[in-house]
Amino acid sequence: MSNDPTHQFLINKIVPIEIGGIDFSFTNASLFMVATVGAAAGFLYLTTSQRGLVPTRLQSVSEMSYEFIASMLREGAGNGGMKFFPMVFSLFMFILTANLLGMFPYFFTITSQIIVTFALALFVIGTVVFYGFYKHGFGFLKLFVPHGVPGVLLPLVVAIEIISFLSRPISLSVRLFANMLAGHITLKVFAGFVTSLSALGALGIGGAILPLIMTVAITGLEFLVCFLQAYVFAVLTCMYLNDAVHPGSH
Amino acid sequence: MFVTAAYAQQSTTTEGAEAHDAAAAGEVHTETGVAHEGEAGSGVFPPFDSTHFASQLLWLAITFGLFYLLMSKVIIPRIGGILETRHDRIAQDLDEASRLKGEADAAIASYEQELAAAKAKGHQIADGAREAAKSKAVADRNAVEADLSKKITAAEDRIADIKTKALADVGAIAEETATAVVKQLIGGTVTKAEIVAAVKASGN
Repeated sequence: MSNDPTHQFLINKIVPIEIGGIDFSFTNASLFMVATVGAAAGFLYLTTSQRGLVPTRLQSVSEMSYEFIASMLREGAGNGGMKFFPMVFSLFMFILTANLLGMFPYFFTITSQIIVTFALALFVIGTVVFYGFYKHGFGFLKLFVPHGVPGVLLPLVVAIEIISFLSRPISLSVRLFANMLAGHITLKVFAGFVTSLSALGALGIGGAILPLIMTVAITGLEFLVCFLQAYVFAVLTCMYLNDAVHPGSH
Repeated sequence: MFVTAAYAQQSTTTEGAEAHDAAAAGEVHTETGVAHEGEAGSGVFPPFDSTHFASQLLWLAITFGLFYLLMSKVIIPRIGGILETRHDRIAQDLDEASRLKGEADAAIASYEQELAAAKAKGHQIADGAREAAKSKAVADRNAVEADLSKKITAAEDRIADIKTKALADVGAIAEETATAVVKQLIGGTVTKAEIVAAVKASGN
């Protein structure tokens, strides 16, 4: 294993597949996507298989995540947004599981790939735009015209609204990607200090204690970030869906 | 990590080419730079390496699509069902509990009603008994009193009778005694009429 902190983000082909000159290989990233889906779906499926009236601990974890997302979506987008519950729930569980799986040493973190987070963000914004136009027609464009803005300022405000709308997929994807990437690099760098300082002899081993403590602390912080970023992604998805359900209400 | 034979071969050839270039240029690469380029096969930062974008997108679409289907067709209806069943069951239990409470309240009310009725009846019986006893006592007393007063009257009558008779006897005795006394004292005789007159004058 290389000491290079970006080595963990390298993609390796496991099963090379090439269709029409485009590389669709099954890579380690693909493997961990499959693992994420398997772990998340397997957990939810197995813990709820008893359908207990009185839940077991693990069943109540599944129920809590269900109710957590349901209440988040109901608060964010109202009852009209509940038709997007499967989408928000899938996104949250997928990102959370992917982030947590990435915390295992030698595991690949799929949410540290900008293309993955960008695809998920585009999926969200695409749903918002598609549903917004489907439901409200051109009324969806009221989204860019806030109420009670003086006529003089209106062009400026509309321009700002459009820019902020267009930047949403970027901010949504970069936030998740950058958090996971930076966290894992930091962790790797501090862990690297431990090994390189230890190689310097007794004094170095003494000096390695500090980065070791940092590594442990950052690991704890990273678990928090894993949950928090999945939560933030889901909350923002709910807010954006609210725009699709109720355009012009803000 | 997972490195296939083909990939390893590819990277070694690139590395070889790089090393050749580096030797020609005179060691311009840093150590990390060489390792980096050797492993990635290109100089870009791995997450921005666009050569894998197509494969990532395809596999993300496959896996996330499958996950979405699983969630919306299996998991969410199942958890929703569990929660709804529990909700219904709790509501049903609450209904049952309030029904039972109503029954208990009704039972308490009817019990208290019966208790009050029984108490009233008890009072009634006691009052009746007391009244009967009282009136009987009064009647008995009256009968006894009547009896007694009758006896008293009879006794008084007899006493008066005896008294009159005794008084009458007293007059006769006094006359006889007076006759005897007078005879003894004066030796003469006094007429009966005189003695009776004298007794009457002194007596009574």
